[in-house]
Amino acid sequence: MANKTLNLVLHIWRQKNRGAAGELVEYRLDVSPDCSFLEMLDLLNEDLIRKGQEPVAFDYDCREGICGTCGVVVNGVPHGPVKGATTCQVHMRNFRDGEHIYIEPFRAKGFPVIKDLVVDRSAFDRIIQSGGYVSCNTGGAPDGNAVPISHVTAEAAMDAAACIGCGACVAACKNASAMLFVSAKVTQLAMLPQGQPERAARAKDMVEQHDRELFGGCTNQYECEAVCPKEISVKHIAALNREYVKSTLAGTK
Amino acid sequence: MSINLDAKVPAGPLRDKWTKTKASMKLVNPANKRKYSVIVVGSGLAGASAAATLAELGYQVMCFCYQDSPRRAHSIAAQGGINAAKNYQNDGDSVWRLFYDTIKGGDFRARESNVYRLAECSQAIIDQCVAQGVPFAREYGGQLANRSFGGAQVSRTFYCRGMTGQQLLLGAYQALSRQIHSGAVKMFPQTEMLDLVVVDGRAAGIVTRNLVTGYVESFSADAVLLCTGGYSNAFFLSTNAAGCNVTATYRAFKRGALFANPCYTQIHPTCIPVAGDHQFKLTLMSESLRNDGRVWVPKKPNDTREPASIPDSERDYYLERKYPSFGNLAPRDVSSRAAKEVCDEGRGVGPGGRGVFLDFADAIKRLGADKVREKYGNLFDIYFQITGEDAYTRPMRIYPAPHYTMGGLWVDYNLMSTVPGLFVLGEANFSDHGANRLGASALMQGLADGYFVIPYTLGAYFADAGGRKVPTDHAEFKKCMAEVTEGTNRLLGIKGKKTPIEFHREVGKLLWENCGMARDKKGLEETIQKFPAIREEFWKNVSVPGSGADFNKALEQAGRVADFIEFGELMCRDALARDESCGGHFRTEHQYPDGEAKRNDEQFMYAAAWEYGGPGKTPTMHKEPLVYEEVKPAVRSYK
Repeated sequence: MANKTLNLVLHIWRQKNRGAAGELVEYRLDVSPDCSFLEMLDLLNEDLIRKGQEPVAFDYDCREGICGTCGVVVNGVPHGPVKGATTCQVHMRNFRDGEHIYIEPFRAKGFPVIKDLVVDRSAFDRIIQSGGYVSCNTGGAPDGNAVPISHVTAEAAMDAAACIGCGACVAACKNASAMLFVSAKVTQLAMLPQGQPERAARAKDMVEQHDRELFGGCTNQYECEAVCPKEISVKHIAALNREYVKSTLAGTK
Repeated sequence: MSINLDAKVPAGPLRDKWTKTKASMKLVNPANKRKYSVIVVGSGLAGASAAATLAELGYQVMCFCYQDSPRRAHSIAAQGGINAAKNYQNDGDSVWRLFYDTIKGGDFRARESNVYRLAECSQAIIDQCVAQGVPFAREYGGQLANRSFGGAQVSRTFYCRGMTGQQLLLGAYQALSRQIHSGAVKMFPQTEMLDLVVVDGRAAGIVTRNLVTGYVESFSADAVLLCTGGYSNAFFLSTNAAGCNVTATYRAFKRGALFANPCYTQIHPTCIPVAGDHQFKLTLMSESLRNDGRVWVPKKPNDTREPASIPDSERDYYLERKYPSFGNLAPRDVSSRAAKEVCDEGRGVGPGGRGVFLDFADAIKRLGADKVREKYGNLFDIYFQITGEDAYTRPMRIYPAPHYTMGGLWVDYNLMSTVPGLFVLGEANFSDHGANRLGASALMQGLADGYFVIPYTLGAYFADAGGRKVPTDHAEFKKCMAEVTEGTNRLLGIKGKKTPIEFHREVGKLLWENCGMARDKKGLEETIQKFPAIREEFWKNVSVPGSGADFNKALEQAGRVADFIEFGELMCRDALARDESCGGHFRTEHQYPDGEAKRNDEQFMYAAAWEYGGPGKTPTMHKEPLVYEEVKPAVRSYK
């Protein structure tokens, strides 16, 4: 365990609300390298609150990389410098003493800023609502072992299902595309026998909702995969494209 | 107030109670269901499954959560799995065995009939989740895979890698999303319940604050369901999400719902140890790791050698030694206490000596590193991120941390609280886990309550009580709204010197030291004396900058901390009154010579349900005797 304190210069995006103009504000802070990135912001906020100043608004909840609530852009990279990790899992030992750290919100037309580093990601909920499910009411499901699913299929579906809906893929993409997010759900359900009846309609409906939410198209930059905390592969986007073409050719509703 | 703690347990043999209840309960016909409205607070496994299922049935549902999306409720963080009595392994499992393990795991302090129903519902949960497209782990032949968990000698735990809670929650969230899309559920994210409105003795609705706009609003319905999780964050440092709180259930308590067994808290044995004062939360390492990891400490106190250089003969695999038949899979309360005991003897490892090793060297030798990676890879990654240590080459260091709360609002067999029309589901109620919960049973309870219990019992309540909806311009709604607004303004107006987190840390430490893994009369009495001063200081010296008409985390925190301060006192009072040891509640005065918890069935075979006494007044305890009709309570042994 390193005990040396890091002296940091933070440049943090402050924006009062959705309509207001924002700016980067500088703060200086000493922290332990064992601190997590969000604990560093907590310490900064504790200081600000004690002084009666408004703390930096940032969102978080589980702090173990699974709820998908947290997420800021650190030195230009969504979720910061650690591969396959959410912002809350990044620890300060990944930074140098004296480093300047630029902290900004996930930016996209589909993710308007609520305050400081907090953005509105309700578009993701509406995309799931447009078809990201199997329509089965509670009760009357057949026995769980009635339909065998191979180990390989179950594992591949789980790879896609691991998406936490954080929105880093959108923030990383120059087109602000949410195709990695959409493809993860579409391919998870397309792989499983339970997802077959609604397979075509699901792909079409979710892609259309994606476009309505002002997310851009995919131009194969792979930035999304590079920042995804769950390391979801862009091959799911290729699969989504096939699903979408098939569904439109088939003339689904 | 006269209290009627009638649990409404149906008559007849245990195995017929739920079947008979379902067959004989009153129904609401399909065309009439749309006339009834339901408020669901919380969107975790219990809340999302209840909201989706009730909407499918035709009720009008409003669902509220404090997170920015219902998909982010803390059920998502559950790692290891969900129990079900499927007996797919042909290893002797049955509904009875799951029921018995759960009752015994809870140290014979749960209500028999509820637990039996839980075990009965467990099978249908797996089927339902598979139908939703939950990608459970499968064998090569395509069958569902199982793993073992603490407190059981069969393999009945279904899992999705180390992300079972996430996948089950997303299944429920997707079912909920489908109902939101169809208009059957109106969803209110980033909306926190701040009060329960009771009119003529019935739950009439709630008062909420929008966490983005600060807008205070009220909603009325024919019934209110609280699915708001547990209160482990009373300890400040816990494995719960930062936002988890006691506010919804505590404010319902203040409006007349009884709070049962608040001292029953679960300290989970396998968490990453505390590293320093900068920490705001602790991280769990799934209990499933104990399937393959071996727990040990050096035999000698203060042995600071590298673990690899300590020979086997100088290691104490204390769980295997003390509990040969369950070994590393001893239940959580037992394992946690054992860890504390060896650390108290000076044999703990890591900074501050508060840690034990969880060693995978044997598993890696036996299975190969790849197999271990496939089973637990994501957990090893989390461990690496936090500690900077590689658990493939060096044993993990773990230590117990607050994780789950068995106590909660008192409910009857139908999950209704002492306030008619107010139902409580999942971790927020007290009903199924007694004094200690077994691993992989929280997910089971949340989904059983939401998918398979409340759809029946709520219908029966409506059929019996009829529509009771009160308009929100009723005087009681206006009064509650005014109180909520005043509370918010009061917090903003104090402009003190201490942050809400500083108060939270202080109360949490007090509870951890005196109402944590070990408790005694003296410590509890002294702690109870300290609360009034903390409360007073809080309302004089807390600093909440910013405005109430805005996204303001400090304001959210302050409101929740205020409730934790009051609630912490209730926990201590309950722990003091329960002058015995049972499950996670360990009173040092009551133990066997070998350090095991010593129950006192003659005097304490009851659920303690506390009634709010008014501001600054002592609450009153009521008792629901626990009547065991079919199980014979015995000394709980895992040896």
